[in-house]
Amino acid sequence: MGLMSRMSTIFKSKVSAALDAAEDPRQTLDYSYERQMEMLQQVKRSLADAVTARKQIELQKVRLQGDMDKYQGEAEAALKAGREDLARQALERKAALKAQSDGLDGQIAELKAQEDKMEENARRLETKIAAFRAQKEVIKAQYTTAQAQVKMGEASTGLSEELADVGLSVQRAQDKTERMRARAQAIDELTDKGVLDDALAAPGDDPVERELRKTQQASQVEDDLQALKAKIGAGEQK
Amino acid sequence: MIARILHEGQYELPPSALAHLRQMDDELMDRLTAGDEDGFCARRDALLALVRSEGRMLPDDALQESDLVLPPADLTLEEARRLFTQHA
Repeated sequence: MGLMSRMSTIFKSKVSAALDAAEDPRQTLDYSYERQMEMLQQVKRSLADAVTARKQIELQKVRLQGDMDKYQGEAEAALKAGREDLARQALERKAALKAQSDGLDGQIAELKAQEDKMEENARRLETKIAAFRAQKEVIKAQYTTAQAQVKMGEASTGLSEELADVGLSVQRAQDKTERMRARAQAIDELTDKGVLDDALAAPGDDPVERELRKTQQASQVEDDLQALKAKIGAGEQK
Repeated sequence: MIARILHEGQYELPPSALAHLRQMDDELMDRLTAGDEDGFCARRDALLALVRSEGRMLPDDALQESDLVLPPADLTLEEARRLFTQHA
């Protein structure tokens, strides 16, 4: 079985479950309409959640930047005092924070994309609701004719599909937002404890990537140290 | 024939597109089975691109049933795998 047919089967079963909820076809119309309004509210809530999560992560990035500046200052002070070992330690911490901060950029972009998608979802759903509301009363009034019954069946199925689709996308968006929020919180906790390290390697990271990142961080530390030495040296010569 | 790309919308496709879609779907399944994330994403994108280019998007106020349901554009390999373990 292919992915398309599997997806179709699962999705259609969700749709027919929604349709079975009402016995009288005329009730199905009203029920569908109510469900749609509820769904629209859910989309809007999920959009608001994504915005909140993004703002949290943006704030966290500001905090990380503040910590990085602090370590940079410490490194400079240590070097001036002739303590290269301490300076190196401070720069190592700064490099670890930098890696986390870069990771946050990706999350911010992802959440932004999700917000755009939710906005698009809400817009599409609003259009469908308006179309359905117009059709619903007409179809109900003509319910006795066979043609109207067919039309009603079609409209309900089409609508239920849309509901199932939006429901699924809201669910996925919420899961994603929740995962990012949890990760951001974990970073916060570890930063507070000062033990931020590989515990928060990006998901899917393999050992090679991790080693590579360590090497990059190490060379970043060396670069920073050389830059600081040059800066202090230049200051002394003045 | 009407195909829905989840979270995106519905497209009306000529029936002749079905054979090509099935072939690409087979390739997609093949990558899923192999656990090849990059190959999976590339084929997923290609499959959806075919629907978008061959099909005509239905207006937002259309209320029609779909003949085919396609995965969302950001479906991950992991999510696809779960589709086959959950009950329909």
